[in-house]
Amino acid sequence: MHGEAAGGGGMTTKLFGEPVRRREDPRLLTGQGRYLDDLGTHALEAAFVRSPHAHARIRDVDVSAALDVDGLVAIYTWEDLPALLAQPLPLLIPHPALTHGRTAYPLARDLVRHVGEPVVMVVARDRYLAEDACALIRVDYEVLKPVVGVEEAARSARLVHDDVPGNVGAHLVQEVPSAAGLGAREAIEAAPHTLSFRLDIERSASMPLEGRGVYARWDADDQSLRVYTSTQTSTSVRMAVAARLGLPLPKVEVIAPDVGGGFGVKIVHPWPEELLVPWAAIALGREVKWTEDRREHFVSSAHERAQVHSVRVGFDDDGRVLGLDVTILHDHGAYTPYGIIVPIITSTQLPGPYRIGAYRVEFSSIYTNTVQVTPYRGAGRPQAVFCMERTMDHIAAHLGADRTAVRAVNFIQPDEFPYDQGLIFQDGRPLIYDSGDYPESLRMLKELIGWDSFPELKARAAAEGRRIGIGIGCYVEGTGVGPYEGGHVQITSDGRVHVSTGLTSQGQGHETVFAQIAATELGVPLERVSVVTGDTRRFGYAVGTFASRAAVMSGNAIALACRKVREKALRIAADALEADPGDLEIADGEVRVVGSPGAAIPLATVAVLSNPLRYAFDAEAARATQFAGASSFDRPPVAEGEEPGLEGRDYYSPLRSTFASGMHAAIVETDPLTAEIRILRYAVVHDCGNLINPMIVEGQIHGGVAQGVGGALYERMVYDEHGQLLNASFMDFLMPYATEVPFIETAHLQTPSPLNPLGIKGAGEAGVIPVSAVIASAVEDAEGIEIDRMPISPSELFDLRRSAG
Amino acid sequence: MTDIAITLTVNGVVRQVEVPGRRLLSDCLRHDLGLTGTHVGCEHGVCGCCTVLLDGEPVRSCLTFAVTVDGHDITTVEGLAAPDGAMSPVQRAFAECHGLQCGFCTPGFLCTVTALLRDNPSPTGEEVLEGISGNLCRCTGYQNIVKSVHRAAEIMAEET
Repeated sequence: MHGEAAGGGGMTTKLFGEPVRRREDPRLLTGQGRYLDDLGTHALEAAFVRSPHAHARIRDVDVSAALDVDGLVAIYTWEDLPALLAQPLPLLIPHPALTHGRTAYPLARDLVRHVGEPVVMVVARDRYLAEDACALIRVDYEVLKPVVGVEEAARSARLVHDDVPGNVGAHLVQEVPSAAGLGAREAIEAAPHTLSFRLDIERSASMPLEGRGVYARWDADDQSLRVYTSTQTSTSVRMAVAARLGLPLPKVEVIAPDVGGGFGVKIVHPWPEELLVPWAAIALGREVKWTEDRREHFVSSAHERAQVHSVRVGFDDDGRVLGLDVTILHDHGAYTPYGIIVPIITSTQLPGPYRIGAYRVEFSSIYTNTVQVTPYRGAGRPQAVFCMERTMDHIAAHLGADRTAVRAVNFIQPDEFPYDQGLIFQDGRPLIYDSGDYPESLRMLKELIGWDSFPELKARAAAEGRRIGIGIGCYVEGTGVGPYEGGHVQITSDGRVHVSTGLTSQGQGHETVFAQIAATELGVPLERVSVVTGDTRRFGYAVGTFASRAAVMSGNAIALACRKVREKALRIAADALEADPGDLEIADGEVRVVGSPGAAIPLATVAVLSNPLRYAFDAEAARATQFAGASSFDRPPVAEGEEPGLEGRDYYSPLRSTFASGMHAAIVETDPLTAEIRILRYAVVHDCGNLINPMIVEGQIHGGVAQGVGGALYERMVYDEHGQLLNASFMDFLMPYATEVPFIETAHLQTPSPLNPLGIKGAGEAGVIPVSAVIASAVEDAEGIEIDRMPISPSELFDLRRSAG
Repeated sequence: MTDIAITLTVNGVVRQVEVPGRRLLSDCLRHDLGLTGTHVGCEHGVCGCCTVLLDGEPVRSCLTFAVTVDGHDITTVEGLAAPDGAMSPVQRAFAECHGLQCGFCTPGFLCTVTALLRDNPSPTGEEVLEGISGNLCRCTGYQNIVKSVHRAAEIMAEET
């Protein structure tokens, strides 16, 4: 543990670092969870008529046949929306390079630009009836030819947005010269060896098992609105709702209840439904709810991953990279609500754990008539790692060198931290790695997977007619991006500790890890700590849960808030115990004089003493009234500069991101006849700094790898030339079941971050990031065929074999 | 649409409800009977979140019309714990082994595994994989879920 994290003073309640069982689980295991659709039993329900065309002009909407539906309450089109709401949705991250940012209207106005775009909202007594009405609404479309496929879009024969030339929403170049001042292209030309190749990754999607959902209650007497939404960012939804519905911010509350997974897709806000449902609730004076169905999720939320990369690399005889030039075409879909975060991350995280001689990266973000693209777990990093690691494998193949040796010769060394990559990261701040130990990580991984003895294994398998291959992938992941998160901690007179943060949870175990941090900092038993996340009634300032930032940001903010409370508690207890605060410790919920058994005061009592009362409402309160004990007549009951109560609030705002890292390796077997790809072993070495709860971190890694296996072997969004998504169901979009995910062997390396008091880095996305690179590397090793496109299915491998002859 | 009166025994309690013929069992349980523990992830029978026990056998409640199970016995996740609220061995094992994250797929897994272990109290690794291969989890992968199933089998063996 980082020195500061111990909080000074010997504690008996050390929970930081322990595999504490999750406090969320009892309610989730007994059916007592409260997800969005579990709320609002009596609410009216909304459904949407969505565009069946990828690109079309709306000529007319005829609702007359729907009006007779029993239980119908309201039908709305764009023309019904008030002025504020009738505008395009906000463009959340307006990066200067996004010269042609475009967002959709909450309900389509004139034009639809992808299948699934909402055109009409229907509200009815229940969802069945709302869908009945939707089915009777006739929309007359003039069908336009769509733009599908990023390369076709880049050729710009047709435009997605008439006013966006070339379909180019954004274009950005970053270049870091070599130490000798050479540009990447010059460095490559001057290098002893050069290689050029193209690498493709297909579209996938977050696909949380709970889709999106919104439930709104308007209190007409109080003129206030409460919105429940399955979101990764309730505070920002609140601000968006207030802004677009014209309500005063204090009159809007937004609550993220139990959220059934997010993986990025629930960071987008406001979703049109997050504005339309509350607006309808106000307009109708009734509770209104919308629960997304699975098909809606496929065609009207967001996807990610689709990119095409052109790589040119120059290197020396040892495999040392002297210059790297990468050009990226990013398929952004129809709109850019979340800016260009994904290609920015790909382009800046691409160098990974390596010291690249000179680096030039250029991307264009291209509009197509498909579902919009916003971050999905890993957010641009799987593509980046696929590029860099395939490059390392290409270099090794060219030189006939061991793939790990080529990596090792390029690693940033442990004594080179902080290491400045010379790039500007997604948060607009310099990309400077805080800490890490890549050679040690590689050593651990090689040992874990048995890298050095693999050739014998492969030879033995070959003798049996089996094809096996081993692959590796290394990554560095910017985690814990700012700008900030906050924490509030209150100890009440019953000795309970109430922690809140505005950041949300989608199942990552925040209630548990934040309670561990608070219990450790305050020296109280875990059972006395309760944690509330994502409820703007409890904490109004927050950014959200994404980019592996929750533990780093809210964890540190909560620790800092606890330290404030602890300092105050020691001060009040010192007064009561007539001791020096420096002689006190807090343990088991008591403030004690170190070395004087018996001289102690419960934190509950300290909380009572912190709040001078006029009224006695129970026995504890009676002890705190102004008549209860001696008081000084020469100062007010609450001294100047003091506040009543034993509570504290603090914020953590980092100088820059932390950088977690890791390496994965896999052994795969490919069937000589069927080309089926089976993962025999999967090993992970992971470094996220100090571990708060190793059990939870492992769970994050397992889950990430499972999603990565999906991305490597199964998951893709298949669009036809008309912009129709051909596999918009779980029958056709394949996600791995237990039978497809290998046992994952893990080892932890801990290089604490020097940037934050707890020495932690984020762990949420690590598992997914290198999997496509690792599997590609392993399949290539098994088959001796270049793998430059992921995911790879058996039929694709079969075709590759045939074309390889 | 004419509603049809049906009688279900849900978690040991006889419940009467009037539903349209097209009402899904999942919606009937969740919204008519207030048992929201059963979750709906895809409404086409693939994800397994809505799995409940119909006369003891796991079924997809999102592919079942409520009227078709008139007179039958249904157990949902709310009915897995003992009457005093003590969690079942399967539920305890999932907590012990970190067999869940967001918890949305969990009720389906718990119902599936409860039936699996009733029929096969000491399944092999292969049998466990096969047994849970109709349920998707998107958060925590399957490693700890598999571990939970084995652990549940152990707990059940210890307690009988």
